[in-house]
Amino acid sequence: MRNRQFWMMWVGYLGAVGLWYASVKWLPIGSFRRLPDPFTVITEWLSPNPKYGISIFTHPYYLHILYSTYRATAAFLLATLLGVPLGICMGWSRHFHRYATSLLGLLRPVPPLAWVPLAILIFSGVESAVIFVTFLVAFFATTLNTVVGVKSIDPDYFRASACLGASRKDILFDVIIPGALPNIFTGLQIAMGAAWFSLAAGEMIAAQYGLGFLIMESYNLVQFPTIVIAMATLGMVGFLSSALIRMLGNRLMRWREQSLGFAG
Amino acid sequence: MRMASAATQLASRASLSKEGSAGGCLTICDVGKTYDPDGTCVEALKGCSIEVKAGAFVAIVGPSGCGKTTLLNMIAGFDAVSSGEIYMDGRLIAAPDLPPQPGPDRVVVFQNGALFPWKTVLENVSYGPVRQKVLTRKQAKKKAIDLLRQCGGLDAVAGSYPAQLSSGMQRRVEVVRALINEPKVLLLDEPFRAMDTVSKTTMHQHLLEMYRICRKTIVFTTHDLDEAIYLADTIIVMTTRPGTIKHIIGVTLQRPRLPKMLFSHEYLELKRRAAESVHVEARKAFERGEREQA
Amino acid sequence: MIDRARNNDPSEPVPRLAPRTGRSASHTWVSRINWRGAASVAGFVLLWELLVRFGGGRFEGIPTLAEVLRAFGDKYLTNAQYWRSWIVSFERVGYGFVASQLLGIPLGILLGTRKIFHEVVYPVVELLRPIPPLAWVPLSILFWPTTELSIIFITFIGPFFIIVINVHDGVRNIRKEHLWLARSLGARPGYIFRRIILPSLIPSIAVGMTLGIAVTWNVVIAAEMIASDVGLGRLTWEGYVSHTATTVIVGMISIGLAGYLSTLAVTYAEKKLMPWRK
Repeated sequence: MRNRQFWMMWVGYLGAVGLWYASVKWLPIGSFRRLPDPFTVITEWLSPNPKYGISIFTHPYYLHILYSTYRATAAFLLATLLGVPLGICMGWSRHFHRYATSLLGLLRPVPPLAWVPLAILIFSGVESAVIFVTFLVAFFATTLNTVVGVKSIDPDYFRASACLGASRKDILFDVIIPGALPNIFTGLQIAMGAAWFSLAAGEMIAAQYGLGFLIMESYNLVQFPTIVIAMATLGMVGFLSSALIRMLGNRLMRWREQSLGFAG
Repeated sequence: MRMASAATQLASRASLSKEGSAGGCLTICDVGKTYDPDGTCVEALKGCSIEVKAGAFVAIVGPSGCGKTTLLNMIAGFDAVSSGEIYMDGRLIAAPDLPPQPGPDRVVVFQNGALFPWKTVLENVSYGPVRQKVLTRKQAKKKAIDLLRQCGGLDAVAGSYPAQLSSGMQRRVEVVRALINEPKVLLLDEPFRAMDTVSKTTMHQHLLEMYRICRKTIVFTTHDLDEAIYLADTIIVMTTRPGTIKHIIGVTLQRPRLPKMLFSHEYLELKRRAAESVHVEARKAFERGEREQA
Repeated sequence: MIDRARNNDPSEPVPRLAPRTGRSASHTWVSRINWRGAASVAGFVLLWELLVRFGGGRFEGIPTLAEVLRAFGDKYLTNAQYWRSWIVSFERVGYGFVASQLLGIPLGILLGTRKIFHEVVYPVVELLRPIPPLAWVPLSILFWPTTELSIIFITFIGPFFIIVINVHDGVRNIRKEHLWLARSLGARPGYIFRRIILPSLIPSIAVGMTLGIAVTWNVVIAAEMIASDVGLGRLTWEGYVSHTATTVIVGMISIGLAGYLSTLAVTYAEKKLMPWRK
């Protein structure tokens, strides 16, 4: 006998689906009818021989997923490899911070998508341009959160390690990195989410293959159920990647887990 | 505090006190400290002169914001002095043009505790010798376990993370982390401030026992007069900002200090003298709305 | 005890291990300018110039800052169409953002305070949240009768989920002691809501709004690129399509500026609502 929470969740899902169905079939506004209804979508998705060629049984489906995942991961890794060290430098050294903040502050308000046309001009391939824009967004999120993480470290830890004889290198590995790690991981999760966000946009505007591309293409080819399939897949993949990062973080920061279990 | 047998007692005394009694004499000459954030000169300390003999237990008391922590930070080497000098065993360790250099000869135990939460107790305690490259990791860990055991069976929690321990145990571990470096001077910055009375009393006993065995120079800041009188040989009363030395009161109570001494005439007389001195300053600080050093 | 930040000297990110000299800083206007920051911005512009002049094939098509400014002066400064794009984009941002706050804040509060509501609705929110707002574009175009509404819907989705999550977290973090105290003093539910819950939520709402406005601009621009014929995003896209690099850059700078201004507005509102925050 599952608990109430479990059943309520399904009430919610069914309610949402019902709402979807109702708005497609019964609402008086004409445009609403154009939306595909839930059953069409689900049967299409799970069908071994889908009408529009995309379902869990067709291999182009996985091809698109692979393209999107590859781009997101590449951008994300690049952003992490550059953003975390930069964030550490900015958080640790006041001079460095002043140099870097103005530059970052200048570039940050420009929405990443505004970079797409320029990026396509500079990086001759569309592939690189899309990855670049995705990278940019993830990079800002990672760097900023890392800076916050470093600055939030209690100064007493620095003092303690200094009087215990630590060199600057020791302080980096003993204090700064472990101390900033929780914020770094928050930043990484946000970066991952932001990466998917811009990746979808980039793919929709200017790419071949990929889930974003699939969404636009199915729209243009009037294959509406596929739109929803692609959207749902995008959501799921995004969710999974954030969850993976969170799990990795929990493993690396097991000392935090301990503190929660023994909440004083 | 539970020593298993007399033999262990002798052995522990030997290992803790081997180099503990050598040195640790502090001379603070006319030290002043001025902060200057955004052009508003804030004089935190002015003309402080203190002489601390090797192996003495000194308590510095004063109202909030009087500069106790500032003074401690300068002895420890976290901050530079603006004027005056500090000598340890005849060596100049702080002067206006000398870059402050903290080191394992003057280890600090911090107010809210600064055990690295991401390291286990054992890793924390063995941190100092390993980083100074004085011992190998294996040797350091062995020494750490021994020391933890001597200080009341703490070796039982060697594999735990600090967050899993009570605050009393955390503070004791932090003291061990300081001691393993065989510092000349042990600096404690209101270490028991956040603890309740019962835990505090237990901690006092632990600290006194440790002091009895290894006789290091201890500089202890606190705002709790009872604590100061009970633990120390000398009480230094500071004025409110700009902090300077108001009174130096010698504590004539015998060692080993016992709880029943808290009710003796001697104790009450000492407390009366110290209280008068401190309360005047505390009133001034209160009226001025001084914030505590965070 | 863990992870608290207490800086004795607020101007310093971490205590230096190097000495602080006794000299006090001079506070003339010279020292107030962030020289290092200005230097890095100048460096960026210089790099831009150099890349365009000497960078070779890849950078040939890119105009220098001077060319961009000239093109702006010629074509856009006095062009009503250009300023109209500003208005159009701002309108969309305005409607979408305000709608997201008006719907999102109550939803967040309900999610945080009513358990059953939470159990039913939250899973659906969690399911929809990871879908990037732009992925909704085609569906939105199908669903809404006008293009304008579809764009505003997209603009709405971005900040909507952000504010719901932030307010929900904010409600969960309200100290139970405050609620218990109020109840034991005899306060009625309406009073508790107005005087305790809402004020406690102001910080979370502020954070949600600041994050939300940034996302909103990202979204508006992309939505315009895909599905509209006016607006700053459209302008940038048209520049790209017609291979007019100056237009592209003018568009980008305009968008950046517009985003910056909106963020300023939100931050200003935040400061007014929370005077106790330094």
